[in-house]
Amino acid sequence: MHEILIEKKILARNDEIAARNRKALSGKGVYAINMVSAPGAGKTSLIERMAAELKAIGIGFAVVEGDLEGDFDSRRIERHGIPALQITTGRACHLDAHQVSHALPWVFAQTGIELLVIENVGNMVCPAEYDLGEDMKVMVMSAAEGDDKPLKYPAIFAASEVLIINKTDLAPHTDFDIKMARDNALKVNPYLKVFETSCRTGAGVAEWAGFLAVAVRGKR
Amino acid sequence: MSITRSLLDAVRAEMDKAALKELRSVSIRVGELTAVEPEALRFCFEASIKGTPFEGAALEIEEAPLRGRCKDCGNVFRMALFERNCAGCGGSSIEIAGGNELDLVSMEGV
Repeated sequence: MHEILIEKKILARNDEIAARNRKALSGKGVYAINMVSAPGAGKTSLIERMAAELKAIGIGFAVVEGDLEGDFDSRRIERHGIPALQITTGRACHLDAHQVSHALPWVFAQTGIELLVIENVGNMVCPAEYDLGEDMKVMVMSAAEGDDKPLKYPAIFAASEVLIINKTDLAPHTDFDIKMARDNALKVNPYLKVFETSCRTGAGVAEWAGFLAVAVRGKR
Repeated sequence: MSITRSLLDAVRAEMDKAALKELRSVSIRVGELTAVEPEALRFCFEASIKGTPFEGAALEIEEAPLRGRCKDCGNVFRMALFERNCAGCGGSSIEIAGGNELDLVSMEGV
């Protein structure tokens, strides 16, 4: 019988590929964000809204879409003139660094791209653990969810740099307390930068896009 | 499930390195702040090793508590999930010093 001491991260292989993705993106001057949320929080709608705002600022971007099946989301995004690539994960509930590495040649073949938006599979558990090589993890939650969500899924809130509270137009019709949601999120992660948006009215999208633009340009 | 797959891939690589044929046990460390539920992981592990050369191997899970480090006084302390004050000096500038672990610690085999 042999006992072997290892002391390695279980996701070391994913982390290695993520580091390679990060280096490749950086080398091409592309800033990357990883958008995570529960299904239906409005990630795709938010990206559609970001298209006009980022275009006005002059930031070209491409989108990589992770979904279990189908290319509905990438087709929605393409309608706004934004190049979008769909990755279907089959039964996997999240994107991993390896899948993203295969999408990078496509990203680099697009012209005038400064930003890559990776829309992760809707899931609040596994995406917390898988680094894709992004510069910023962006958590989206919606006013149609519970304002106690940060306390129930702390890992993903702790791992994110930005929280977007979306569908704020619905808040008056629900028991969702925006201030409570914000406070709960900041309890879990006091460093979170929080934005409030509505994709129906467009409220707050410009503020978020402006913050993102500064981050993208700041990398250069 | 994919964490389990990553774990088994890592175990396989280490066994090849050490020229082991049979796995008896594997020991891992799971932090309190990770999205991994130890019992769910154990269930996936046992389901995944059925009918493989790993069948019968034991999984030992060490849970790593959430710990904070005070940026003011350097104190490292056991932190309740949403605690934001240093247990020593009361300072509120806390960084996470532990609880994010998802580590393959050791394994036994022949």
